[in-house]
Amino acid sequence: MATTVTQAAPAHSTLAGGTLPRWATPVLLGVAIALGYALNVTTGLAGWFGTTLVIGGIFILLQSGWSFRVEGRRHAVDRLATTLVYSTFIAAIVPLVSVLFTVLVKGLTVMSWTFLTYSMRNVSPRAEGGGVGHAIVGTLQQVGIAAAFAVPIGILAAIYLVEYGRGRLARWISFFVDVMTGIPSIVAGLFIFTAFVLGLGLERSGFAAALALAILMLPVIIRTTEEMLRIVPNDLREAAYALGVPKWRTVIKVVLPTALAGIVTGAMLAIARVAGETAPLLLTTFLTQSYNNNPFQGPQSSLPLFIWDQITSGTPASVDRAWGGALVLITIIMLFYITAKLLAARFAPKG
Amino acid sequence: MSKSIELKDVDIYYGSFKAVEGVGLKVQKNAVTAFIGPSGCGKSTVLRTINRMHEVIPGARVEGHVLLDDEDIYGEGVDPVNVRRTIGMVFQRPNPFPTMSIAENVLAGVRLAGGRMSKSDAEAIVEESLRGANLWEEVKDRLDRPGSGLSGGQQQRLCIARAIAVKPQVLLMDEPCSALDPISTLAIEDLIRELVEQYTIVIVTHNMQQAGRVSDTTAFFNLAGVGQPGRLVEMGSTSDIFSKPQQQATEDYISGRFG
Amino acid sequence: MAETAPSTSPISGASVRRGDRIFSGLSKGAGTLVLVIMAAIAAFLIWRSIPSLTSNTVNFFTYEGWAPDANPPAFGIAALAFGTLVASFIAMVLAVPVGIGIALFISLYAGRRLASSLAFVTDLLAAVPSIIFGLWGLQVLLPGSQGLQVWMNDYLSWTVVFRNTLDLYGKSLFLASLVLAIMILPTVAAVSREVIVQVPAGHKEAALALGATRWEMVKMAVFPFAKPGMISAAMLGLGRALGETIAVALILSAAFTINLHLTEPGGNTFAANIALKWNEAGGNGLSALVASGLVLFFLTLTVNMIARWIIARRAEFSGAN
Repeated sequence: MATTVTQAAPAHSTLAGGTLPRWATPVLLGVAIALGYALNVTTGLAGWFGTTLVIGGIFILLQSGWSFRVEGRRHAVDRLATTLVYSTFIAAIVPLVSVLFTVLVKGLTVMSWTFLTYSMRNVSPRAEGGGVGHAIVGTLQQVGIAAAFAVPIGILAAIYLVEYGRGRLARWISFFVDVMTGIPSIVAGLFIFTAFVLGLGLERSGFAAALALAILMLPVIIRTTEEMLRIVPNDLREAAYALGVPKWRTVIKVVLPTALAGIVTGAMLAIARVAGETAPLLLTTFLTQSYNNNPFQGPQSSLPLFIWDQITSGTPASVDRAWGGALVLITIIMLFYITAKLLAARFAPKG
Repeated sequence: MSKSIELKDVDIYYGSFKAVEGVGLKVQKNAVTAFIGPSGCGKSTVLRTINRMHEVIPGARVEGHVLLDDEDIYGEGVDPVNVRRTIGMVFQRPNPFPTMSIAENVLAGVRLAGGRMSKSDAEAIVEESLRGANLWEEVKDRLDRPGSGLSGGQQQRLCIARAIAVKPQVLLMDEPCSALDPISTLAIEDLIRELVEQYTIVIVTHNMQQAGRVSDTTAFFNLAGVGQPGRLVEMGSTSDIFSKPQQQATEDYISGRFG
Repeated sequence: MAETAPSTSPISGASVRRGDRIFSGLSKGAGTLVLVIMAAIAAFLIWRSIPSLTSNTVNFFTYEGWAPDANPPAFGIAALAFGTLVASFIAMVLAVPVGIGIALFISLYAGRRLASSLAFVTDLLAAVPSIIFGLWGLQVLLPGSQGLQVWMNDYLSWTVVFRNTLDLYGKSLFLASLVLAIMILPTVAAVSREVIVQVPAGHKEAALALGATRWEMVKMAVFPFAKPGMISAAMLGLGRALGETIAVALILSAAFTINLHLTEPGGNTFAANIALKWNEAGGNGLSALVASGLVLFFLTLTVNMIARWIIARRAEFSGAN
């Protein structure tokens, strides 16, 4: 009665289906790269962008054709989908790597202590030299002032949404917070200009820029703070109430400290997002090539404006400086960003 | 139209953790076989190796042989997609596709094989499957309404209709009644006794009375100890298992001393 | 105060209740400030647009040129609208499939380590500011895509959009669209991911158990459920692209014409125009720029509100389930 069962499926089997061998994918990839390269050289489809597309196209054609014959239509389509999904990985990584790599390489060519501490005073666009010192000061001050406005207001608003708001007002506020995250940064700049500069006579200064940045930061901070507050378990609040602690003290002494790590993370992410904004700055301050340590008076530079100014000057020396400024800016942003993510991971609420 | 199943030396892993060890059993065709045992003993895991659903979990794998009549479904060149078409499954929580109508739900698996199907063929399949699941009379006037608008018991019968529409050889049922009320449960148990004339059925249940009512053969699984892999302890005809079990563990479980 | 707190009032004196009143008032004020700001934006933009709009001698919506400081003033947003909508739509069309693909990759296709590294990469991409994208687009992508654009002219010029009659491939709407697509990719991917992850496991299992391949499972169980969310993701990406200023301003060589040949230099968008013309504009010029900003504000507002509404509706629906 015991039949020796063979490993391979019998010929009449309905369960067996052909499969491409394991080495199919790498081999096809190699062939596609080779062919794509050859095509590049012969037809002059210059540029890495086009060549990559061609290699991808060749690979897909070869794989789909082979799979169709061996595995049948359904599996061929499945493979095609898998290939396309995997290729989105490349679509995301290549630009990122390219941007970071270029900024690093080109920025390093001008990097020096001088570059970080000197301003562009008395340095003409054609000349080499000069630095971003004045821009760094400007960015730090403007972003700092923006945070000083946006963080407390944002936290308070989030507290309202989570702890107090139950009616229509809260729903409208919540809806518009989401909408506000989509405001173009230039519109924020226009608003501060029309309302404060034209309307209230505020001069175009670092402070005006900071106000515009604060508007961009506010919805982000509200959202992340809100999420963090909601994660705090209700039992904590109720335990405090049961002890007779008034609501406002409960929020300040119990809820906020519990959510603190998340709130700080959210604030840092908002800062990272806003530090690189250029458009609102263009509208609310004037450029200067010198140091100005007073954000409330007169033109003040900043890293994004510095980069803008240098790249629009167009001279080779300026372009180099633009990359240098970009390196400084992206370093600051990444520092905030990565610290925030590390903090979030370290203090993540359990469960 | 139905086939028998045999498991030989089956070990089931999640990553490097061996969840079930050394299972060998035979499932007769056109019979209902029940897998019973305490929670966590691996009965659902064993069930899912029969239609190769276990390996869908990342890192999960199966060693050993599972034979459908004479063919090892884990053999070289076997397409899991074909296996799952031949061996259907009904889950614990009814899961009709919410964006599809009742008719589309029934046809969902059939349409996968592709090919054009005339409207009348499609309607015929829908009616046949819904009748086979004892659901036709209740839904025949609302076939294009969403599948999620039905009661729990009806949804489960819809899932059964969907499963049998592709004309499988075997039907696997993973605690199909545990999310349902007692009346729907009885309806499904009756349905199972009807379906067994056409299909081989394996049902996992934690309800011993249900196993007693519904199955011809019963297999009892248990954990060897805390943190140990699950094993098949004893298997036999349902009446034997329940009246004169051979193993002490079986008797303990049946009489409610644990589990 | 009594209307909201789920707690019992503590037994104590007026000072505590005052504390609660002050605090809740402060927080309510902060929340209301959001609404005030939104209203103020609309109000002030409208206020400052009026002077130029009333003195405009041509139709604001159909005129292509931009000369608000001339005598008589004549300016219109036709070219700006064209450039903005075209660049943003192309960016959306490019970014949505890739964004959804990334979301699928992270949640359904890749193993854990690969998935979290792609999630990390996408997040980093979101952190790069637009001025750096503009810089990179100008200095790296522009030369790098020359070959592709030439090839498109050679082989695809039957599609009017890829035809290039000037043999000049540089700072064009096409290039701007490419950079915009990269910039909105993280937004589309993140929102798509959120909805794809919410697809109940039962539906995915049911599809697989019927004998579906992975892609068939995605089509059967994931897409129908996640469709509203993915539409919303696309619209949020579109909204971002519409408002993007600096990268576009750097890349386009601004011209006030409606030109269907997208790889030819030229093109302009609302935001880029404001940025480029701001510091040389006279009084009326500033007002005209504010007017164009008002249009942009309402455009992005509408797109974002629709996108959020779609998600809100879906949340109610699946809540009922």
